[in-house]
Amino acid sequence: MDYPGLSIHALKDLLAARKVTPLEVTEAVFARIDTVEERIGAFITINREQALRRAEEAGKQLDRGEGGALCGIPMAIKDVVCTKGMRTTAGSKILEPFIPPYNATVIDKLEAAGAVIIGKLSMDEFAMGSSNENCAYGVPKNPWNREYICGGSSGGSAAAVAADESFASLGSDTGGSIRQPASHCGIVGLKPTYGRVSRFGLLAYASSLDQIGPLTKDVRDCALMLNVISGYDPKDSTSVNQAVPDYQSALRDGLKGMTLGIPREYFGEGLDPEVEAAVKNAVEKLQDAGATVRQVSLPHTEYGVAAYYIIAPAEASSNLARYDGVKYGMRDMDAATLMDMYKKTRSKGFGDEVKRRIIMGTYALSSGYYDAYYKKASQVRTLIVRDYQQAFAECDVLVSPVTPTPAWKLGEKSHDPLSMYLSDVLTIPANLAGIPGLSVPCGISRAGLPIGLQIQGAHFQEEKLLRVGFNLEQRLDMVGRKPDL
Amino acid sequence: MNISKEEVAKVANLARLELSEQEIIEITGQLDRILGYVAKLNEIDTKDVVPTTHALAIHNAFREDVVRHSLPQQEALANGPRQNGEAFVVPRII
Repeated sequence: MDYPGLSIHALKDLLAARKVTPLEVTEAVFARIDTVEERIGAFITINREQALRRAEEAGKQLDRGEGGALCGIPMAIKDVVCTKGMRTTAGSKILEPFIPPYNATVIDKLEAAGAVIIGKLSMDEFAMGSSNENCAYGVPKNPWNREYICGGSSGGSAAAVAADESFASLGSDTGGSIRQPASHCGIVGLKPTYGRVSRFGLLAYASSLDQIGPLTKDVRDCALMLNVISGYDPKDSTSVNQAVPDYQSALRDGLKGMTLGIPREYFGEGLDPEVEAAVKNAVEKLQDAGATVRQVSLPHTEYGVAAYYIIAPAEASSNLARYDGVKYGMRDMDAATLMDMYKKTRSKGFGDEVKRRIIMGTYALSSGYYDAYYKKASQVRTLIVRDYQQAFAECDVLVSPVTPTPAWKLGEKSHDPLSMYLSDVLTIPANLAGIPGLSVPCGISRAGLPIGLQIQGAHFQEEKLLRVGFNLEQRLDMVGRKPDL
Repeated sequence: MNISKEEVAKVANLARLELSEQEIIEITGQLDRILGYVAKLNEIDTKDVVPTTHALAIHNAFREDVVRHSLPQQEALANGPRQNGEAFVVPRII
């Protein structure tokens, strides 16, 4: 049996029925990794021995009739989430030797639920990028066509799940970094509401925008993962103390009484005709399921990218000041003075995109420019928040493309930062407003590249997103369509 | 020009980055284009608009000032590129 090809919920059924053990499943996943990883490059670190031990323990738990919601399920984690005793690099040379002394809260939660952590996944350095080409440890390929990007910044998290190297993964999303690679790799990806999932142990990029979320093979797995990782955490003062519903019970058939908003600004210039057709087809399927549709407007959408590329680098310039060669990571050992050590360590340790954003952010916050840039962008952020408030007064969720185009060719935009930034135009606004966004596969282009539907909702409306995504999945023949590897 | 080479060099110093002349030229060109793009924000009148720095209305999270478990010293030092068992060691400051 092809265990690595299964969803989590299908595998759980087999584990519960004792048809297979966690150890057999974990060995099968490592065999899959051994077969395809050389062609994909999704992992930075593989945690084989410890994972096999954990899988054995999970098997014993199941023997005793114990075990949490993910008992014995192998999965891998974006390398920006701290794993105790397991190297965590953020895709950067500056953290090449970093072994976290503690777990992120999401890792504690996954392990308490019995998940088997099999390794750490490739990403754009410090989550800065849309193609995963800014990684100090190699560039992962899109499993659907290896000449194409897998998306970013959680590129490895999407590629590993799409290639059946992991049953699910965790990513982080600051401007689309879960939804965009999920869309490009033909899987499900959720950016939860800001504050839904603890950020404790997530290496910070832009703290007011970052959020951890799951990438999975289908919507049911997404609901299952979200239940495990959600909830208030006293260690993250921005996590929200609000009850966590049973997300799986939101997966009901039919959308009667639900109104879908179609934001007209998301269907403008630059939208690929195949993406537009796939999204329109998806909307028809959702109408078949009983939803009503209405046009809505988010007039400040086109200003999202500009506001983001001030706010996010500004926060990054502050967050990344901690990488100075003193407490962790690499240090330039030849430097004679402290200042020299800071500068040489950071200049050798950071890649080009990270340097660019640190300089951009430092500039935007510097004396004389603060009002013109940071304050202005923060005011525009308010207008984007208001756009959503008005839209959600008229509809339950917004449906749109995730990205204007399917994945592009490796190298195509890597020398033009601005054109790369503009590709995130449809995902960035959700981060600025802190709302949840779900990416669900809705088609495949003639060139064989996946296309995703984005479903956005008001704060803490994840259940509606999942319900709409589930209904789409039931009415499209997408689940089980896999890349030929 | 939205930004000059001199400004990039000055900001790089503030950010504790050492850039080659070539890097400064490249980054100046790239930032110039990016700043040219973000200038589109000036199309919008934001007079009297309150800035948003945080998407949710969250307030300071306080807790009782009680001693709790913290990272043991050796574990906290373990990732230091240079340390002497008691502290991180850095080049002479004074």
